[in-house]
Order: sequence, then structure tokens, then C-alpha cells
Amino acid sequence: MSSFEYILQQVINAVSLGSLYALVAVGLSIVFGVLKLTNFAHGDVMMVGAFTTVLLIGIGMPFIPALMCGIIGAAMAGFLIERIAYRPIRNAPDVTRLLTSLAVTYILENFGILVFSSSPRNFPLPATLNDSWQLLDGAITFTNINILTLVLTFVSLIGLGWFITKTTLGIGMRAASEDMAAAQLVGLDINRLIVVAFVVASAFAGLAGVLWAAQAGVVQPQMGFTPLLKAFVAAIIGGFGSIAGALVGGFMLGALEIFIVAFLPDEITPYRDAIVFSLLIAFLLFRPGGLLQPNREVKL
Amino acid sequence: MVRLLLVTLLLVLVAGVAFGAPYLMSDYFVRVLLIIALNSIFVLSLSLSNGFTGVFSLGHVGFIGAGAYVSGILSLTVAQKASLLPNLPVFMNWFSMPFLPATLTAGAFTALLAVIVGYPLMRLSGYFVSVATMGFLIIVNVVLINASNFTRGARTFTGVPLDTSLPWVFGWLVVTLFVLWRLVYSPFGRRMKAVRDDTVAASAIGIDMLNTRLSAFAIGAFFAGVGGSLYAHYLGSFSPVTFYFAMTMNLIAMLVLGGMGSLSGAIIGVICVTLLSEVLRSVERGFTIGDFIVPALFGASQVALGFIFILIMIFRPKGIMGESEFGFGLFRRSANSKIKQGEVK
Repeated sequence: MSSFEYILQQVINAVSLGSLYALVAVGLSIVFGVLKLTNFAHGDVMMVGAFTTVLLIGIGMPFIPALMCGIIGAAMAGFLIERIAYRPIRNAPDVTRLLTSLAVTYILENFGILVFSSSPRNFPLPATLNDSWQLLDGAITFTNINILTLVLTFVSLIGLGWFITKTTLGIGMRAASEDMAAAQLVGLDINRLIVVAFVVASAFAGLAGVLWAAQAGVVQPQMGFTPLLKAFVAAIIGGFGSIAGALVGGFMLGALEIFIVAFLPDEITPYRDAIVFSLLIAFLLFRPGGLLQPNREVKL
Repeated sequence: MVRLLLVTLLLVLVAGVAFGAPYLMSDYFVRVLLIIALNSIFVLSLSLSNGFTGVFSLGHVGFIGAGAYVSGILSLTVAQKASLLPNLPVFMNWFSMPFLPATLTAGAFTALLAVIVGYPLMRLSGYFVSVATMGFLIIVNVVLINASNFTRGARTFTGVPLDTSLPWVFGWLVVTLFVLWRLVYSPFGRRMKAVRDDTVAASAIGIDMLNTRLSAFAIGAFFAGVGGSLYAHYLGSFSPVTFYFAMTMNLIAMLVLGGMGSLSGAIIGVICVTLLSEVLRSVERGFTIGDFIVPALFGASQVALGFIFILIMIFRPKGIMGESEFGFGLFRRSANSKIKQGEVK
């Protein structure tokens, strides 16, 4: 196997992982943009989406409709979380809101354990999606689910781009994330915008959750945790609150992780997560606005 | 004079409970008491940065874990070190430390770690510092899992002598409480609260923000390391996952429930949450009322705790105690009482 093919394979892996990170990070960024809330519960909304899909496939629904229902289930979970937990504390200090989102995580995760138990279950992926493609005499492999992930990521992100630039609601959402008070002054219905932001973000979480579980092959109540942490890093690298930033950050983080494992010596590889989170701290210190918003004023 | 008497009385009472409890109570209650005291040390040390200084750290458990491992490694006997940690560097494998020096070393180590980590991080505020300290916790976890020459990696670290008894924990709790009480109700404590309440105004009147935050962070980390050492010698065997997000969440719940700006509140929070989870846990295992069998519901206690937590956030965001103290006037060190005593004219 030549080194070119090896590199190409790693690029494919990086894009595949990066698109998942980007999907999660986009949702985080939408919520942070509008509410200035670091939504820890985002990972558990992913879990809701994944479990909904798994249960529906279990009762005989085909994969694609089950995926749609998973997204809808996640969106509904997001709607309820906003209504029950986040709305009453919307104007509370940062720390209170951070804590509330931690509490929501805690509840959802343990509720998942209560209902489904904490042991992982298989994700019943249709066999066609597990078929793999072999290019260049097997030097490069990827499966149908990799392709589907990439396609769905791009379709949904283009859809999101259309939504936030062309529709009234989407433009309103961006206005609210720019300046909540001003948006309110010009007559935008803030409550509605926040609900919309939450539903959209949670739908993205649902999609990401299903795809993540499908690639991993298992679902379990704590499954949202790792992607959530990584998506935090991605969102902050790109510029927290910026949707484009979340995209860039997601793909960069995916590439970084894959390349650390692929090209660095074996003694360093296990410390991959330590490197990633050191990067997070470095960004917070030296470039808190992220890559895309270097001049943004950040309250310290 | 009255205060001195009260303090002495209280100390005698604490000592009495610490030494007498094993004879008077069942093992179960002694264990609950010990867990309460241990968690009080954790939560008090957490309150220094998170409550009083307004730096909401999610990385405190990283210090507890570091303290536990440092103390654990130091306390293993030479023979245990040879069999459990064969790759330990030479300078560490020829001795074995007794409990107290190991605990102090663990505390000193974590305080030093806090200074190194805090020097950059304490410049951040709001959710930035929370996310960054969370990053620190994850880095500690990764290092604990991978530095297997020192920690046995993800496998259980075992063989730590079970030295932690009720008198030890109560003794350290009294020390922690005393030091924090002197700190929090002192000019330094007022600087901490000023930095918390309005960073800009505090800096404007000449308070060194970084210095104040860093001191609070490091002192909190010292007691976290001490608590970690006690915990290690209580458990005997543990693994990196013991010191991760579940523990973080638990400690934060206790702190927030009790009230973030109050030492007695921290302890009240610990007592409430510990008792509540003990009760809920026994409910969780399933029980029977007459002919009606309630099945075991694992995870239900955490769900209930989570809901209580959210209700507190919504209806009483300052926790049970808020900023006030409950302690028979022992905590009061206001100018008022000094004027009465004739110390301040």
C-alpha cells in the first residue's frame, strides 16, 4: 500500500468523522448563538434520537423513515427541554443556566439507564448500508453508511443555510443571536425564535445521534457524552455561536484527530484527547472568538 | 468568651462522635457519617473557587483524583510497588509513606498543579472558565488512564491501606472548615467576593483579580488533594473513572443545593443530598408494601435528584442557605462584633 493511498484513506476517515462533529457542533452553536447557553443536554438529545430510531427499526420500520422519526423525536425532546427547564431560568446568571443544563443531562442520561439499562445494544443497521466499497484493490475502503452520513450532512447543512438566510424565521434567529434586545425592540417574537432555535438544533442533534450510533454500531444511554465534548471543542475552535464556525471547527477537529492517530508515533496516540482538550484551552485563552471571529468582543 | 466555650463544646462533641460512633452505631451509619464528612471536605474545597470567587470550575474532581493517586502511590508498601507498579521510576519505589505525610504530599502536589493550571485559566470568566476547567478534568482522566507506569492505567489501582477512619476524616474536616472560615471571613475573603460580584469594579479599586482567583483555586485544590487522599485510603481500590463526571455532578449538586456562598450551606447541602440519595437508593432496590411489590428501578434516584436540582435552580437559585451562615454566631466576624468587644474603636 503506497503512502498516497494511505493518506487518501485517512482523508476519507477525517471527512467522515468531521461531518459528524460538524453536525453536533452546529446544533450547539445555534443554541449558544441565541441563548448564550452552553447546552450540555445536547448530547442526550442525540441519545433520544438514536433510541427512537432503534426502537422503530425494532418494530419493523425501514431505516430512512425511522431516521426521520428519530429526528422528530429529538426535536420534540428539545422543545420540551426548553419549555420545562430552560425557559424559567432564561434571564438567570450564566452559571445557573450552565448548571440547569447539567441537571437536564443528568436526568436524561439516568432516565435512559432506567428505561433501557446502561448496557449497549446493537444498532440494527440494514445490511445494504454496511456494504463496503473497495477502491484501488482494497487500499481504500468505506461503507455505504459513510456515504450516507456525508450526503445527509451536506443536505441538512445546505438546508440550514437556506433556512437562516432566506426565511423570515431564520433571519430573525440570526438577529436574535446578534443582539437579543435589539431584536425584541424591532418587534421580533423572541419566545418563538428561541423555540425555533431549540427545535432546529435538536433536530440536528437527532440526525447526528442516529448517524453516530449507526457508525458505532451500538446505542447506549451515555452515548451522547463523547460527541458532545468533542463538539464543544469544535464549536469553540470555529467560534462559539457561529454556524459557519461550527462547520469549520467540526471538520478541522475530525482531521486533527484522525491525523494524530494516523501519523504520530504510537506513544503519543493514546493522549489524543489530552491534545484535543489542550487545544480547546489554548483557544479559550488566546483566541476566545475562534478562528472565524478573531475580532469579536468576548466578555472575560 | 461565650464563643470560645461554644467552640470547645462543639469540638468535644465532634471528637466524641468521631471516636464514639463505631461503638454506638451500626457499620452502615458509621459509613454514612464518614461519607458525609468526606463529601463535606470536597464540597467545602469546591466552594472556595466556585462559590466565593465566582470561578465556576468543573475540574475540581481532577484535583481529587490526582490527590488520590499521588497518595495511593506513596502509601503502597515497597513489595506492593514491585508487584503492582513494576515500572515505577527508581526514586519512588524504595519507600512507603505513612498516611499523614502522604496526605499532605498529595495536597501540596494538587495545590502546585492548581497554580500551574490556574495561572493561565484564571484569566477566563463565565462559561469559558467552566469549559476550560472541564477540559482540565478530561486531560487528567486521559493522563491517569495512559500513564500506566504510575497508575496501572484503566485497570483498578488497588492495595492502598485502609487507613481512613472517622477521627481522621472529622479531624481534616475541622481543619478544612477552620481554614476556610478564617479565609472567607477575612479581608482576603472580601476580595474574593468582590472579584465574584463585579470583576471590573474590583480591579478598579486595586484588587489583583488573577492573584485572588489563583489563591482561592490553589487553596481549594489543596483540600481537594487532601480529600482525595482520604478517599483513596477509604476505598482501597479505585480507577480513573471514579474521578470523573459522575462525581463532579454529585459535588456540584451538593454545593448548589446548600448555597454557593456559605460554608455551613455547603455542609447542609452534603447532608441533604447524601441522606436523600441513601433513602432513594434503598427505595430504588425495590420493596414491598403488603402484597404490592415495587420493582427495582435503577437510575431512579439520580432522576429524582436531577429534578430536585432543576427545581432549586428555578425557585431558589441561591440554594438553601444562600449567602448566610448557620452556626450559632460562630461564623460572625463582622466589624460589629469587634466594636462590641472593644477591638475596633
